[in-house]
Amino acid sequence: MGGAAAPPGANLDRDRLCAFYQQMWRIRAFEEWAIRGAEEGEVFGTVHPSIGQEAVAVAICGNLRGEDVLLSTHRGHGHTLIKGADPYAMMCELLGRADGTCGGKGGSMHIADFGIAMLGANGVVGANTVIAVGAAQRLKYLRSDRIVACIFGDGAVNRGTFLEALNWASIHGLPVLFVCEDNRYSASTRTADLTAGEGAAARGAALGVETMEADGNDVLALDATAREAVGRVRGGRPLLLVARTYRLVGHTSRDPAAYRPEEEVAAARERDPIARCAALLRLAGIAESWLTETRDAARAEMEAVYLRARNAAWPPPDRAAADVQDVGSPAERPF
Amino acid sequence: MPAVTYLEAARRALAEEMRRDPDIWAVGEDLGRGGVFGQYRGLIEEFGPERIIDAPISENCILGSSVGAAMLGARPVVEMRFADFALCAIDELVNQAAKARYMFGGQTRVPLVVREPVGLWKSAAAQHSQSLEAWYVHIPGLVVVMPATPADNAGLLKAAIRCDDPVVYMEHKDLWGLEGEVPEEIAPIPLGTARLARAGRDLTIVTWSAMVHGAMEAAETLAGDGIEAEILDLRTLWPWDRETVFESVRRTRRVLIVQEAVRVGGFGAEIAASLAEELHGELVAPIRRLGAPRIPVPYSPPLEKQVRVSAGRIAETARSLLRA
Repeated sequence: MGGAAAPPGANLDRDRLCAFYQQMWRIRAFEEWAIRGAEEGEVFGTVHPSIGQEAVAVAICGNLRGEDVLLSTHRGHGHTLIKGADPYAMMCELLGRADGTCGGKGGSMHIADFGIAMLGANGVVGANTVIAVGAAQRLKYLRSDRIVACIFGDGAVNRGTFLEALNWASIHGLPVLFVCEDNRYSASTRTADLTAGEGAAARGAALGVETMEADGNDVLALDATAREAVGRVRGGRPLLLVARTYRLVGHTSRDPAAYRPEEEVAAARERDPIARCAALLRLAGIAESWLTETRDAARAEMEAVYLRARNAAWPPPDRAAADVQDVGSPAERPF
Repeated sequence: MPAVTYLEAARRALAEEMRRDPDIWAVGEDLGRGGVFGQYRGLIEEFGPERIIDAPISENCILGSSVGAAMLGARPVVEMRFADFALCAIDELVNQAAKARYMFGGQTRVPLVVREPVGLWKSAAAQHSQSLEAWYVHIPGLVVVMPATPADNAGLLKAAIRCDDPVVYMEHKDLWGLEGEVPEEIAPIPLGTARLARAGRDLTIVTWSAMVHGAMEAAETLAGDGIEAEILDLRTLWPWDRETVFESVRRTRRVLIVQEAVRVGGFGAEIAASLAEELHGELVAPIRRLGAPRIPVPYSPPLEKQVRVSAGRIAETARSLLRA
């Protein structure tokens, strides 16, 4: 598929493609260590890996400015990492340590980093869409040229919030890039079996929101689409980008995903975005040794992050009552 | 001080706050036409459609968008039209607004005010009459405010708007036309402070919202019998003014808690339990609670009357406490 549509090797922006390859490996290596952490009992809560979907994070978040706003999902490690979060702080959050992005209060599903305008992963499917439009409304009110990127899965298009948010962004002309990261499964059930009509793109169009569709596993093509989409949104209108990808692993790190036909998974492995990116790089004359070294360097980086996080301090118990609220705070009186 | 209605007092307070702080905006259905009860009348003319925002009937988005805007520095006043309709946006209030500050480790605040008109009013029946304050008191992160007078609806709304955490602000629909004195200069009333509505020595009636007025009527009747009831209007349910309530009950040694909401699992139960835990030995009569039976609010007036706590019942229950 997508590989055939890629430009000839000689015309490739090799540096850019090398950077994509490296970033996708950083995401995958982070999640490999997160999964291992769950297996070793160091990560306590549920981890939702995005293995196989890394191109979406790289293409979308790589095209945002530092001050642009991002909202993500329960499957958000990649988005947050590429937006610029420190993987050590992210790993500490997974391990419930004081150095975590949220001081250990949130875990994997609630990673947020307001310092890089990342307003939070969200444990409720589709909940970020309505939060995103309000952030965009505030930016418009401030006459800012910042935009909001809101990434959600294909399961979210069956929530009322999706309809409400796209309608709201459309009537108010708000700078929101809605990204449907379509991995074909709503948890463990095929979204196609649960979704009437022509799906996400048709729903966007029905609400007057410009819609683009792209192969979410072709990082080069998706990058070009994302750049175009971000530019249009910065012009002051919402846009829905549907990126078709596939989750190569289960819904959670504990899910063997046995509900998927073997041939479907095998075909998806052939379309692994990292492997496809590597193939393009080989075409462009990049040495096999560089590909291997880059992968190994990403794994070494995340191993070091994991080992450091494992030795990080726990939050002191009195933090449990902090940051609830000012008036009527449990910190001032143990009600 | 001129007499002003409960509705107009809040409208004035909101307008004054919006003049003071350009980060405040109001969003909800029909606000451009003044809001369903007229609480926003004239505001779009002064502040324009960017700050008096007409919303589609999309409760998730009305409240959810306010969370996102608040995270970026806005201070939204979110009109839910009826507390009953706010239930459509429970995720946005309970899972998002109330928790963002905490679960993101203090990185953000969500300073919004959710206006949820409550209560029995004009045979509005089961889906337009509820008082669900107890639900919100149960949620860490939320402040819950229920004004009973025009002056309080002005001062408490100002305080709610200035609060840096999400506030559920429940006005009682049956009080919109109630007139009372409101100071020319409206000062914010500290959240979490009860109001002594009537001083008395014989028993304490703890109440809030429209029931304050039923209790006042009952107290007049009781006074005719030589019984002096002290009435505390809580005004804020979370946090509630424990010190004032405890001080009063220690003195009178008898307490009656009156709420319009369904009695079972209501906020009165929390007050009663707290008093029982700490003042058991000092009380000379059992703690009593009045509230609605656990049935949906019916439409027909004779049926609706069955869920209403009347002044007569308050007086009768108070007398029984004095006999105890």
